[in-house]
Amino acid sequence: MGSTNSTLLKIPNVEVLMQETGFSPAHIIRLHDRFKALDKEGRGHLCPHDFGAIKELAMNPIGDRIIGAFFSPGKETVDFHTFVKILAHFRPVDKDRPKEPNSPEPINSRSNKLKFAFQLYDQDKDGKISRDELLQVLRAMLGMQVTDEQLESIADRTIQEADLDRDDAISFEEFRKSLEKINIDHKMSIRFLR
Amino acid sequence: MGPFMSPFNNLLCMLLGISFTVWFTLLLVFIIVPAIFGVSFGIRRLYMKTLLKVFEWATMRMERGAKEKNHLLYKPCSLNSIIAKESTSLEEELKDIRRNCSSPELDGSFDMSDAFYFCRRGIESIVDDEVTKCFTAEELESWNLLTRSNYNFNHISSRLTVLWGLGVVIRYGFLLPLRLTLAITGVGLLVVLTAMIGFLPNGRMKNFLSEKVHLMCYRICVRALTAIITYHHSENKPKNGGICVANHTSPIDVIILASDGCYAMVGQIHGGLMGLIQRSMVKACPHIWFERSEVKDRHLVAKRLSDHVKDKSKLPILIFPEGTCINNTSVMMFKKGSFEIGSTVYPVAIKYDPRFGEAFWNSSQFGMMNYLLRMMSSWAIVCSVWYLPPMIRQEGEDAMQFANRVKAAIARQGGLVDLLWDGGLKRGKVKDTFKEEQQKLYSKILVGTQEVRSRS
Repeated sequence: MGSTNSTLLKIPNVEVLMQETGFSPAHIIRLHDRFKALDKEGRGHLCPHDFGAIKELAMNPIGDRIIGAFFSPGKETVDFHTFVKILAHFRPVDKDRPKEPNSPEPINSRSNKLKFAFQLYDQDKDGKISRDELLQVLRAMLGMQVTDEQLESIADRTIQEADLDRDDAISFEEFRKSLEKINIDHKMSIRFLR
Repeated sequence: MGPFMSPFNNLLCMLLGISFTVWFTLLLVFIIVPAIFGVSFGIRRLYMKTLLKVFEWATMRMERGAKEKNHLLYKPCSLNSIIAKESTSLEEELKDIRRNCSSPELDGSFDMSDAFYFCRRGIESIVDDEVTKCFTAEELESWNLLTRSNYNFNHISSRLTVLWGLGVVIRYGFLLPLRLTLAITGVGLLVVLTAMIGFLPNGRMKNFLSEKVHLMCYRICVRALTAIITYHHSENKPKNGGICVANHTSPIDVIILASDGCYAMVGQIHGGLMGLIQRSMVKACPHIWFERSEVKDRHLVAKRLSDHVKDKSKLPILIFPEGTCINNTSVMMFKKGSFEIGSTVYPVAIKYDPRFGEAFWNSSQFGMMNYLLRMMSSWAIVCSVWYLPPMIRQEGEDAMQFANRVKAAIARQGGLVDLLWDGGLKRGKVKDTFKEEQQKLYSKILVGTQEVRSRS
């Protein structure tokens, strides 16, 4: 790349970060500005209530789950690296990236995007979306607008269609299979400018 | 030593005396007298043009410096956005997602991909959201030699540093004392003269004098801030019995508007200096000041406002319906109280040029005194004021719709983004009703059509 900027130099391990996530220097700088803007008290890390202060996110029916995705189990803070790595899931897929056999899968691959979406449903992280977990998501997205019976019937139908091994839960493979026709790249990507 | 000192002393005193006299004469001739009569020598505009040239030169040097070292000169995007947000609605998105599925129509069955829409929207708002943007100062494309506007501007060569140092000396050593003198003169004259006018009996003479005094003092204050204002469409200036509404960026808005016309101000009574000014102003002409306790009573407020507008001899009311200071890139929701009164509304759009000094008051970042200091030590406050044609509430339009119509007109004229968000979000929490709306929309798509299916 050959061009640097003194702000970039202030961020530790920024080269590694750019390599892992695929963000350009300009993006990293913008994300760093955003990180600082969210970190109102200037502590160098974010906690759930910093995310909660974003008004549009507070309006989102599954806002809490999205916030939860940033915090790995047991951790209560998010540093800049983790922040950028999670957001990297939403970079559009690089179509012309050479497939090196030994390199790890890029964060924004189709599979990793699906894994991100899966964890929004699978809150206890046991690798399966149980009927209860599905009901919880449905309740979050629909609020008090539907009755319990309607909710249960929707959940039943969904499990019936997706659950192939009849264990009354949706594993990641079943999840992936039921969504194989969806254009994940388009729906789970954000257009970063410049 | 005695006789040796005194000639020096005399000389010193004489020099001081002469320089003070010269200083005050210049002040009087070039600033105060034009303010009294409302004329201008054009000095400020010349100053503005010179400054612009200096800024361009500074940016050019920084770019050159960056190129030499092969660095990235980071130029912030003028709209402050990192991502391009899709503006499709929930319904369109869901249809689109399911297009590739076995059941192409939106037949009311939930699909696990529905969550993708909410997920993406959520992540987009984490990366960039409209509300936070409105409450931070706008970023500049080129540096204006003020440390406070220096975001990531690097490669400042030694020549630039010298220029910046010179700027600091001029601003703090010359401009700031000058402006403080003017400000004190302006405010002092306002208090004293309005108190004097208060003794006159009510009548045409009193109104005439009050108008002149108010205008004169506000004009002096305008010069105290070195505000260079361009008024457009003065034929639409607010008339008696009307309400003037404008977008709000800082407390200076009041001074800017009041130096070109006479208004009745609305506000809460404060203590201290502010309260003193308020009390003496109201002696000369009827402004509407509320006690703290009265502010909560909406009916009382509405009644006093409508009583005021019914009396055609009283001045037009000046109101800022956003309720809080916004950063001048967008206009937020107007509170409908002033639009319910039913009189003619005169919209005014105010747009500041941030290159000379950031006028936005971020009250969570710094207090009033700090803000005034920053204002008086910037280069200048440059702004444009557009008087828009009067608007009346139409048949079948409720107060909220009328307010939105006025807001759209102001946003269009000032080149500002028209937002639906409430300025109260600066401090308050999002109401749950917003989340419920999203849930209602989604459930209508899912379950609404399902009912149709189960019936058929």
